[in-house]
Amino acid sequence: MVGAACALYAARAGLDVILVDRGPVAGGTTGAGEGNILVSDKEPGPELDLALLSGRLWGELAQEFGAAVEYEAKGGVVVASSPGGLAALERFADGQRAAGVVAEPVAGDALYDLEPHLAPGLPGAVHYPQDCQVMPALAAAHLARASGARLFTGRTVTDVLRTQDGAVRGVRTDKGDIHTPALVNAAGTWGGELAALAGVRLPVLPRRGFVLVTEPLPRLVRHKVYAADYVADVASDSAALQTSPVVEGTAAGPILIGSSRERVGFDRTFSLPVVRALAASATRLFPFLSDVHAMRAYLGFRPYMPDHLPAIGPDPRVPGLYHACGHEGAGIGLATGTGHLIAQALTAKTPDLDLTPLRPDRFAEEAA
Amino acid sequence: MADLAVIGAGPAGLAAALAAAAQGVTVAVVDSATEAGGQFYRQPASGLRARRPQALHHQWRTWERLRDALPGSGVRILTDHHVWSVERDSDGFTVHALLGPEQHEPVAVHADAVLLATGGYERVLPFPGWTLPGVVTAGGAQAMLKAGLVVPGRKAVVAGTGPLLLPVATGLAAAGVEIAALVEAADPKDLVRHGRALAGKLPEGAGYAARLLRHRVRLLSRHTVVRAHGDERLTGVTVAALDTDGRVRPGTERYVPCDTLAVGHGMLPHTDLAETLGCRLDGMTVAVDDEQRTDVPGVWAAGESTGIGGAGLALAEGHIAGRSIAARLNGTEPDPVQWAAAAKSRTKLRKSAAALDAAYPPPAHWSEQVTDDTVVCRCEEVTAGAVRDAVDELGAGDVRTVKLLTRAGMGWCQGRMCGPAVAGLAGCELTPSRRPFARPVPLGVLARQHHIATEEGTS
Repeated sequence: MVGAACALYAARAGLDVILVDRGPVAGGTTGAGEGNILVSDKEPGPELDLALLSGRLWGELAQEFGAAVEYEAKGGVVVASSPGGLAALERFADGQRAAGVVAEPVAGDALYDLEPHLAPGLPGAVHYPQDCQVMPALAAAHLARASGARLFTGRTVTDVLRTQDGAVRGVRTDKGDIHTPALVNAAGTWGGELAALAGVRLPVLPRRGFVLVTEPLPRLVRHKVYAADYVADVASDSAALQTSPVVEGTAAGPILIGSSRERVGFDRTFSLPVVRALAASATRLFPFLSDVHAMRAYLGFRPYMPDHLPAIGPDPRVPGLYHACGHEGAGIGLATGTGHLIAQALTAKTPDLDLTPLRPDRFAEEAA
Repeated sequence: MADLAVIGAGPAGLAAALAAAAQGVTVAVVDSATEAGGQFYRQPASGLRARRPQALHHQWRTWERLRDALPGSGVRILTDHHVWSVERDSDGFTVHALLGPEQHEPVAVHADAVLLATGGYERVLPFPGWTLPGVVTAGGAQAMLKAGLVVPGRKAVVAGTGPLLLPVATGLAAAGVEIAALVEAADPKDLVRHGRALAGKLPEGAGYAARLLRHRVRLLSRHTVVRAHGDERLTGVTVAALDTDGRVRPGTERYVPCDTLAVGHGMLPHTDLAETLGCRLDGMTVAVDDEQRTDVPGVWAAGESTGIGGAGLALAEGHIAGRSIAARLNGTEPDPVQWAAAAKSRTKLRKSAAALDAAYPPPAHWSEQVTDDTVVCRCEEVTAGAVRDAVDELGAGDVRTVKLLTRAGMGWCQGRMCGPAVAGLAGCELTPSRRPFARPVPLGVLARQHHIATEEGTS
């Protein structure tokens, strides 16, 4: 998704773009994502600024692609499970509001007007109308096509070609060399490997997540609904399994149930205990789901970075190398802002956001 | 708790269960049907009081031997158990099932070893009109005959390719259905070319040929159905001749009136449970060694899941698996001499299965006949045009990406029906899909299991 967005914005900035992927379109983390475009789960700071920019850009793209990418400005509802939890959630929302987020407290009964099928007796929630959703694989495929970029799928980059003074001059692939003065690393969870081919360190780690998919249903869950603990889990550094319920309907009918986080490398083994935990937390939030069938489950690997911020912008260590990866679970939502900022960097414009906190070489210094 | 859980009460599962039980192994056989027998020995419901069910079966004696051995064997047969997953845990395996027919109530069977005898399912290839009422799969028609003794129509065309078409045509004819034509895509010359490996099968085939003659069935070989016609339901089909490349020969189309079309293009193995357990697959089949062991310790596989080969091969493989399991559970090295006869028959039947597979390929260019408005994925109502767009316009080159971009294969059947069609239209190889749930499971069942597991963990 990030690669497709980079291609789109770079092409619209007037550049000639080639999009290379070792798999098919949306074959990596994109194809295993839920398609979240969220501000609700982000605390004030550089990621929230990027989310707000990205949300605006998604709104623009929706004019163009809307139905084809199943864009839905459905809004998010973050539910507290205890009065204490609600107070903490409202404090968190106060901070977000100051940073430009629309966050509306929802007390008691009003919550059931928003989501009639929620479990009874919940103390309250915060409603985030700016939260949206797209179908990620469709979004990536349509953005890639609209970019007009030459699309080379099934082609693996095996080396980064550099000039004598160390600048990028192209990539070597298993099907021949491609010459270019500018290389954007949008390899997601595998971004560290591509960086290594260029001789630089970028600590991108996989954080596994499962999604449960139900049979198609009429619209019973109207927003993206999740428990307040989700925010804490997203920000955590633990390697152990964490699950917090995230429940949302889709344009096509099935309900998607997340979310789990584990650092287990690239282990693709199906885990019944994880999907059981997801089912338990989702049915606690929406009791009607008990009788609904799970049709399938899939897993993916979020590109996780030690400080939970993506790497976006030029790499001062290798002239011509730009990074656009490490968005963890927010890559679909943050793709548009990332693509826009990368296009600005590629065309030597002043970026709309300060890229300092996202600079790709920030970890190398820490390691030294 | 059992020593061995067998999944599937067809020929492979029953043969294995009996062989293992004879060596003192406690066996539970789990099956989704209401009676043991599987697809091959599918039994009529007892309420129907079928007087001569054997008229629809060959190898009825073999079935009688299996059936009569079961009561004294100690093998427990658990029918109406719909397995959705097999879980490997610290002390063996747990087979998770839902009790039918409602499939809401969960049940678990624990065992030290598992035999996957899950059989196969029909390969379905679409053509314009294939979703009309009156069009059934060849195996479906046969199952109706065997289980319900309900005759699907009055005038039928049997079409497609493969050794199943003959018994379906003769079975329908014997039940009083007029067979307007038997349309076989393969060339009879190819059968002759594979003749030696098929030697064992030829007397069987000759028997069917005699019955076809008796019922005056018109055999159209190297022909295919290009379209099914009808508004509310099927009224007829257009058949056409195929050239040597497997393309429709223009100008050979002709209309055949009928109210039933039974169409089949061979079988595919059920591999979902094996894949989720982490067993290595070899193409579309579960990979096994000479003892029918998969590469996951404690998991064996036999019958169609290890390669389509029919009931005889399933019996041989099941017997070998049962013997191997019994020895291994006792901690001894099995002696292949014990199953030498079964091994010999396995070798022979695998050879003839490979020959049949080579002799009955689906028409090479079948997808050219599929018009853009033909629905390919019935669950999600995805057309052939949408699949072609995903490939030509959006850069999809494999079944998974087509699924992501079109939803083909995301519905109730999870792509079992449309998988081969999507692969054919996308021009890529069919690969096994990952289906962590072998059938849909209520979230409440999963949630309760979580609560039980966490309570056990804290107590």
